[in-house]
Amino acid sequence: MEWETVIGLEIHAQLNTKSKIFSAASTQYGKKPNSQACVVDLGLPGVLPVLNVEAVNKAIKFGVAINAHINQRNVFDRKNYFYPDLPKGYQISQMDWPIVGEGKIEITLDNQTKIVGITRAHLEEDAGKSIHDMFDDNTAIDLNRAGIPLLEIVSEPDMRSAKEAVVYAKKIHTLVQYIDICDGNMQEGSFRCDANVSIRPKGQKELGTRAELKNINSFKFLERAINLEVGRQQDILEEGGKIVQETRLYDSMKHETRSMRSKEEANDYRYFPDPDLLPVEISDELLEKIRQTLPELPAQKKERFVAELGLGDYDADVLTSQKPLADYFEAMLEYHTGNAKLCANWVMGELSASLNKYQIDIQNSPITAQALSLLISRIGDDTISGKAAKDVFKAMWNSEDSADKIIQAKGLKQMTDMGEIEAIVEQVIANNAPQVVQFKSGNDKILGFLVGQIMKLTAGKANPKQVNELLRKKLS
Amino acid sequence: MHTKTIVKLAQNLKDKDFSCVELTQHYLNRINQSDLNAFITVADELALAQAQVADDKISLGNVSILTGIPYAHKDIFCTKGVKTSAGSKMLDTFISPYDATISQKLNQADLVMLGKTNMDEFAMGSSNENSFYGAVKNPWNHLKIPGGSSGGSAASVAGGLSCFATGTDTGGSIRQPASLCGITGLKPTYGRISRYGMIAYASSLDQAGPMTKTAQDAAIVLNVMAGFDEKDSTSAEQKVPDYTTNLNDSIKGLIIGLPKEFFSSGLDDEVASNIMAAVKEFEVMGAIVKEVSLPNSAYAIPAYYIVAPCECSSNLSRLDGVRYGYRTKDAKNLEDLYLRSRSEGFGEEVKRRIMIGAYALSAGYYDAYYLKAQKVRHLISDDFKKVFEQVDVIMGPVSPTTAFDLGSVKDPVSMYLADIYTLSANLAGLPAMSIPAGFVQNLPVGLQLIGNYWSESKLLNIAHQFQLQTDWHSKTPQEC
Repeated sequence: MEWETVIGLEIHAQLNTKSKIFSAASTQYGKKPNSQACVVDLGLPGVLPVLNVEAVNKAIKFGVAINAHINQRNVFDRKNYFYPDLPKGYQISQMDWPIVGEGKIEITLDNQTKIVGITRAHLEEDAGKSIHDMFDDNTAIDLNRAGIPLLEIVSEPDMRSAKEAVVYAKKIHTLVQYIDICDGNMQEGSFRCDANVSIRPKGQKELGTRAELKNINSFKFLERAINLEVGRQQDILEEGGKIVQETRLYDSMKHETRSMRSKEEANDYRYFPDPDLLPVEISDELLEKIRQTLPELPAQKKERFVAELGLGDYDADVLTSQKPLADYFEAMLEYHTGNAKLCANWVMGELSASLNKYQIDIQNSPITAQALSLLISRIGDDTISGKAAKDVFKAMWNSEDSADKIIQAKGLKQMTDMGEIEAIVEQVIANNAPQVVQFKSGNDKILGFLVGQIMKLTAGKANPKQVNELLRKKLS
Repeated sequence: MHTKTIVKLAQNLKDKDFSCVELTQHYLNRINQSDLNAFITVADELALAQAQVADDKISLGNVSILTGIPYAHKDIFCTKGVKTSAGSKMLDTFISPYDATISQKLNQADLVMLGKTNMDEFAMGSSNENSFYGAVKNPWNHLKIPGGSSGGSAASVAGGLSCFATGTDTGGSIRQPASLCGITGLKPTYGRISRYGMIAYASSLDQAGPMTKTAQDAAIVLNVMAGFDEKDSTSAEQKVPDYTTNLNDSIKGLIIGLPKEFFSSGLDDEVASNIMAAVKEFEVMGAIVKEVSLPNSAYAIPAYYIVAPCECSSNLSRLDGVRYGYRTKDAKNLEDLYLRSRSEGFGEEVKRRIMIGAYALSAGYYDAYYLKAQKVRHLISDDFKKVFEQVDVIMGPVSPTTAFDLGSVKDPVSMYLADIYTLSANLAGLPAMSIPAGFVQNLPVGLQLIGNYWSESKLLNIAHQFQLQTDWHSKTPQEC
């Protein structure tokens, strides 16, 4: 039987506010356990939450960026369940009245464009962390993460393959960084994906029973986990079995998913409006103000790169696909107003290759945008050849030195003294009489040999184009 | 000196008739000799240190009317460095690392905190018998309950163990014990006083307030307690007037509404006649009395006993034995830790309300219970709204009876009926008071005043005028 995969994603994006969503504690990552948990985060008796307006503003920013409906009156609810890293015994979240309502995202895969519906996006607080491997018999609890604002972005079950799911997730990942509401760091858990996966016979309308996959912390794992789950479900159904609605944990080490809890075991969260918080009222003015402050979005940036910089569709797409990449490229243009296409080639070519090879994020590139743009300027002004530039790039990667310093040190500067080049050209003509005769009798190919001789004598520092022209002139 | 009001003690302290340390020591001695069980914690050392600071300020002439006045703080308010138990085994070992906003304000006013008063566990109860620390006795008759949940606070003021006390009122917990102990108690409008640091029972109903000897004292204390707090999103950004300014306004022409529902069956005849006599007194003072109706008040009890348990079932979830408070010994696993810590740490009534609340919030029941109860709240509020278009204040009994015998009411539902006249004000968020209005067999009767939103000044004015004409509030039990 032919099966169709149906996927919906729940993305948790930590909002990059300075303080937590309901307390004044800092949200900084990687601090000493429990050093950033104040009395409110600890859930002491008597403490009360106070909403961080910045978190609301960032959620609105997301909503307007995807042209979603904003619920100008939205409500915080309590989601009740017991867990040691949930200090109050409930998570403050939004149930019936999320801040962001329906919206949509356009994705492109293999030149096919499709729309993925966003069901909603709501604000909630993150839980703390349970650490099971710190002490032999005890679980340790770190509440530094407790209360960090999260925007949970829920999609419609509109994706039909693991690849589509990844494209969608990357699209959201790019967007939240563009609009500066989330740092997008997946290793640190700032951006997390849960996938709801089901399959159904091709052509069938109603959805199959789904499993929710959790603990996915990279796009690579997202694709793997979904494909694994699709395979598991197919095996069950083809053997006449039934899918159980459950939550499954993805284990990237063992490359397997295993059941966490079934629907029957699921908590009854006993949602009700949090009486400690007033409903959030968003004025038309605030909405408009945030709309005005929205930065250029990926699609707009891509259009501009094509229209104003003359980049090709593909290049513009790649350069805008990640905010840090686009930032780097645009920073280069600030220093190097000349050839955008040349800059694009270098960023997507040499730089990306090296970054990939050494697994370095572009934000941490050993060669800054300014340094790279200087190098490219030296190609543009004919100081060095493109080939020599690649050597300079390698040297820059491994040292702090500027392109100019390296060019100088390695003596890579092209010869610009026409008289000197001319002398060498004449010397080569004189020393290679038989080849000159061949050329003059119509063997055009022999010119390459002569150029090669000249380049050898100039140690490669002459401009081949200039040499070529000069040689032809002398021989004509 | 322990029968004196804030106003009188402030004069004595200013005139140096006695020092604040002497006054504090006097109260501490009385507390230590008392068998009312009004206090869970007596803060001797802290109180004497605060008294010394007050004396120093008094000698410099740098004083307010509250400087050095010894008071008792309900054990539901977090007090930094002092045990804060909420009357529960669950928090028997809990020393709060922070101050409630109220505690902070009272400290800043240079008051002297004598200790933390006994209360029904997590403010759930109407008799103060639901305390891990044992029942409190009514100073007027040691065989009677003092009312609850602020029973320790009421007994402390009535029994001459503190000049005034703080209380909290979720369904009548200030007014009912004030009534049964013969003192003045005010529950302000919801949002008037910060709830930050006040251990939550039912967040949408809880409101702190003063428990004092007189309305004038209540106005003085409210001046310090009231105000917006950025740490409490439900506190109101409403200007705080000087509540003492209008105390002496004439109440001639005041229109009093008597809701017929507050005088129906279940109300003790003698209590009723005391209430009517008090109303008569107001008529003599020039007030006009009207009969009014609050048709939905009959649903106050069922609505309250859905809303409050729902909220408390969630509010008390943080007491899980993980981070602080009571933890069972030798838990086998996480579930066992939760189950036994909570089963052993909470008392019966608290567990009952958690169970009711968790049930009512369950999937499939939410609409039928919680949502319905919220709708009833709106109806009750609307009733009041209509009535306040015709009258300035509503009067009636606080409690259907005077204080009953300790141990006599065993059925929880019968106990819930003790709050029949007080719940509506909480559900609607209105300010309400209890003032002494007579005695039945040497047990105090309280008159309830319910005002419109933010009308605390008016209520205090009405109560003060009554207290100028009567002396019920200055009667003291034998032990004083």
